[in-house]
Amino acid sequence: MRPILVVTENQGAELSDSSRELLSKALALTEAFGGEVVAVGFGEGAPETLKRSGAHRAVAVGGSAVAQYASLPYERALHQVLERIQPSLVLLPNTTLGMDLGASLAAAKGMAMVAYCCGLHTESGALVATSQVYGGKLLAEVAIPVEEGAPGTVVTVLPGSWAPEALPNREPVLETLLAEEAQGMVVRETIAPESGGDVDITRAEVLVSVGRGIQDPENIPLAEELAQVLGGVVSCSRPVVDAGWLPRSRQVGKSGLTVKPKLYLALGISGAPEHLQGMKDAELIVAVNTDPAAPIFEVAHYGTTADVLDFIPAAVEAIRERGA
Amino acid sequence: MRIAVLMKEVPDLIEELELTPEGRLETDVLSYIPSEWDEQALEEALILKEESGAAVTVVAVDSGQVDDMLYTALAKGADRAVKLAAESEVLTNRARAALMAAYLQQDPYDLVLTGVQAVDDLDGQVAGLLGGQLGWPHASVVREVKAQGEQVQCVQEYAGGWMATLELALPAVLGIQAARRPPRYVSVAKVRQLQKTASLETVEVTPLPAVELPVRRLYRPAAAGHATMWSEDAAEAAAQLVELLQSRKLIRS
Ligand SMILES: Cc1cc2nc3c(=O)[nH]c(=O)nc-3n(C[C@H](O)[C@H](O)[C@H](O)COP(=O)(O)OP(=O)(O)OC[C@H]3O[C@@H](n4cnc5c(N)ncnc54)[C@H](O)[C@@H]3O)c2cc1C
Ligand SMILES: Nc1ncnc2c1ncn2[C@@H]1O[C@H](COP(=O)(O)O)[C@@H](O)[C@H]1O
Repeated sequence: MRPILVVTENQGAELSDSSRELLSKALALTEAFGGEVVAVGFGEGAPETLKRSGAHRAVAVGGSAVAQYASLPYERALHQVLERIQPSLVLLPNTTLGMDLGASLAAAKGMAMVAYCCGLHTESGALVATSQVYGGKLLAEVAIPVEEGAPGTVVTVLPGSWAPEALPNREPVLETLLAEEAQGMVVRETIAPESGGDVDITRAEVLVSVGRGIQDPENIPLAEELAQVLGGVVSCSRPVVDAGWLPRSRQVGKSGLTVKPKLYLALGISGAPEHLQGMKDAELIVAVNTDPAAPIFEVAHYGTTADVLDFIPAAVEAIRERGA
Repeated sequence: MRIAVLMKEVPDLIEELELTPEGRLETDVLSYIPSEWDEQALEEALILKEESGAAVTVVAVDSGQVDDMLYTALAKGADRAVKLAAESEVLTNRARAALMAAYLQQDPYDLVLTGVQAVDDLDGQVAGLLGGQLGWPHASVVREVKAQGEQVQCVQEYAGGWMATLELALPAVLGIQAARRPPRYVSVAKVRQLQKTASLETVEVTPLPAVELPVRRLYRPAAAGHATMWSEDAAEAAAQLVELLQSRKLIRS
């Protein structure tokens, strides 16, 4: 098979977790189909992290144009890499980078595209991808053509879709590429995450987390009362922040914070993939949601379909009675 | 500035999704709502219009059920509504994007806004597909779009709460994560009123070429685990919570 190209991201001085997931899957696929894994990385740290990628070959894209992430210069550099490598498969994490670049590369290079992939496996000599659809309520299955003449397929993979195997201790043959400045896009300022302000939800042992099911900002104090009797703090899903009901520092999930409390109480949260990404490793998850088919019940340990507005006061009362 | 907002209607996920034995979605039983991120994109476009006098056109691929969504957008303040006529009813999202790219080539806009993704196919790829196909600068997962002459400024979000302020030269495509303000409300009465005078334009386009992969089947995830379900009665469920927390020593007993 033509090579598999893995577009990697760094997290500090290491490859990001999702990059390692992709590399380990790509290596497993070359065992099934033959061919090589080529890893590509960007920025100053890339030559160093790519050494630990376990790939057969690697391309480190450097220069001031890619010193920080911006889709246009990254895309231009990847066009050159694709021309040179002619991959059968391009794997990207379904992060902002994957959402920016996956489709645009596929469109520009006439390749096929599978987004939101959460599984890649071989099935009697064929490659099959599974993607989440309908807010995670259903899965869609697609066969990816891998024969010689196939146009190649770009796949963006949800972070955390499978556990990465340890990467082999092989130093890839490293090439470097100087990225060209791209007219048309400038990064003005990089902004660090909003600090917790009054509370840091990543440190709390108990999180009472509210979603759109809380319905009205006037109901937030109910959740605060429950958090108080449990000795925890209130966190939330993204729509609650976008509506201005709670500050961004309280947001759990893909574009918010990752939390791992002892107790995560999900109140009126559907369990969209982007939310689960930030809390699925909590020690104990209890979900309250009127929809019995809500995906949150698949990661929760305990659950009820009671109405949150009935459940919260009932829980406050029950805890006060027994806990006092 | 001419802004196009691409809008799509999606099944309301509050309703149960039924599958045929062949693994297709039973579409007769679905009810449709505008994709929530497209409503965010429309709101951001309307804010831009108020700030800098942009002309806003809403564009939808005609699936036979987009009229209400488009009239509502007009009632909220959009200037034009365009339905793209597709030759076939069932289109893959790649084919729809190719149709939209063809339209954008023949009717040029300065700025194209899409929703960051839509819950049905969860693709989130249209902004990138259009950017790639048209060769325009593009960015997804963005907020706070401000017009500045020949360019736009916006904030792009990354994992863990990191962000960056970007400037893009026009024409550009942006995938909108959230508007600066919650989407405005318009009453059904006002939409009905407007329906009497306003009209939707239909445009026929020939899609640009695109490589498609057919979906073999849809299926329900085999739950890796499922929550142990407590009583649906709030007071009983609350008592079960207390019992659990006591046994786990998460509250004083
Ligand atoms: C790039 C990107 C990044 C994102 N990042 C994040 C992120 O960091 N964090 C995040 O949370 N989301 C994120 N999202 C958004 C995510 O896709 C979902 O839209 C969001 O998580 C949904 O929030 P929710 O569960 O509160 O709302 P909904 O999905 O609307 O769910 C509300 C739930 O409440 C239930 N409900 C309603 N009324 C009641 C009641 N009275 N009692 C009990 N239950 C009730 C409903 O059954 C429903 O399941 C991101 C999306 C994108 C595209
Ligand atoms: N059929 C369509 N008609 C108009 N816009 C669409 C259509 N499909 C997708 N879009 C736009 O592309 C965005 C992302 O959709 P998707 O890539 O399908 O998740 C949507 O939020 C819309 O803005």
